[in-house]
Amino acid sequence: MSIRHGLLALLDQGPRYGYQLRTEFEARTGATWPLNVGQVYTTLGRLERDGLIAPAGEDDEGHLFYAVTEEGRAELRRWFDTPVPRTNPPRDELAIKLAMAVTVPGVDVALVLQAQRRHSMQALQDYTRLKGRALAADTGAGSDLAWLLVVEQLIFQAEAEIRWLDHCETRLARHAERAQTAPPQPADPTGGPTEAATARRPRRSRIR
Amino acid sequence: MTTTHTQDPVLHLEQVSRVHGQGAAEVHALREVDLRVHPGELVAVMGPSGSGKSTLLTLAGGLDAPSSGRVLVEGTVLGELSRKKLAAVRRRSVGYVFQDYNLIPALTAAENIALPRELDGVSARAARREALAALDELGIADLADRFPDDMSGGQQQRVAIARALIGERRLVLADEPTGALDSTTGETVLAVLRARCDAGAAAMMVTHEPRHAAWADRVVFLRDGRLVDETANTDAASLLVAAATNSAKGGEK
Repeated sequence: MSIRHGLLALLDQGPRYGYQLRTEFEARTGATWPLNVGQVYTTLGRLERDGLIAPAGEDDEGHLFYAVTEEGRAELRRWFDTPVPRTNPPRDELAIKLAMAVTVPGVDVALVLQAQRRHSMQALQDYTRLKGRALAADTGAGSDLAWLLVVEQLIFQAEAEIRWLDHCETRLARHAERAQTAPPQPADPTGGPTEAATARRPRRSRIR
Repeated sequence: MTTTHTQDPVLHLEQVSRVHGQGAAEVHALREVDLRVHPGELVAVMGPSGSGKSTLLTLAGGLDAPSSGRVLVEGTVLGELSRKKLAAVRRRSVGYVFQDYNLIPALTAAENIALPRELDGVSARAARREALAALDELGIADLADRFPDDMSGGQQQRVAIARALIGERRLVLADEPTGALDSTTGETVLAVLRARCDAGAAAMMVTHEPRHAAWADRVVFLRDGRLVDETANTDAASLLVAAATNSAKGGEK
């Protein structure tokens, strides 16, 4: 998640000070990714170092304001105009866990799947309730719309995860069927692949 | 659900099993299912096809009888009722949304909805008034005088839902109620179901859509005729904090 560009986008709407940036960032994302003030000041420091923002004076209360520079504005445009890259998918702990679960002997994959499904379903219920509240509280302000989009993104992601878990289960069942009906493989003199294939065969579901 | 219910459940399944066929052809559609649905509660049932979801609903609605165990609706054991009394419970207490809509082709939308009320002895005029209100609640007041054949699948489905919700139904049973609907209309239907539950009704809904099940207070998972798992209510706000803590631990990407 890019705090850097988030702050640039807020500063593009006029000079602001650190604490104010934090509040406005969280208003748009419903505190889904809370920022601590330290993070805000560190990021502002880097943005200033890179010439994307510049100090814009102090108010009577001693708040230090920052304003976006021409270069900063260009960087923000670039951000909006460029898709978020998917070429390097972020490491997904669940995908790694399942990839390991199907190869490590003694792990009941069906139980792993169901535990995750329950957890993700519960999260989906919670997000749906948050969305209901967001809809009820929608005043038509831009920050209300921003928060709705964020909570719906959480909903879509949780839903995709549950669908994928269902699919994993189907995939495992199909794999188990094939393992049962497939004719025995000719013995491999090295013994290697045969052993690996045995280890990879998932156990039958123990959810009962 | 961690909340302790002080009220009696509207629907109570006690060790309910349903076996179809005999001997070698015996199929256990449901095995010793225990389930309570309380006033105000919307329960979603999920599970792969053939896991017993629809059987669960037909038993809960008294449309089929368990091979063993008891089904109680508002404290009444359905299996102990005469056919006539069972029909009255089904008509008065239970609203049922089927996968196929079961609308009577010769009756208009409003007449289809009003029919069960008229059978209960409500005057035709009062029944029509209730029917129009139910149509209005689902945003299809303009369909009142249309016949099922002149409606789209989605419109028929909403009429069927209006019929299930008319009157003082304490228990609403729905089998894939959003099946033929686009996502916006589907949400309208869920919002209506949710509102009914918030007003005190109990509902059980079978769905394969996680996004729709998410409207429920509790999601139960069926597998091979058994209830294997269920979600618990958590506090949504605390979930976000937990998510944030996790992502903070993982550091910024």
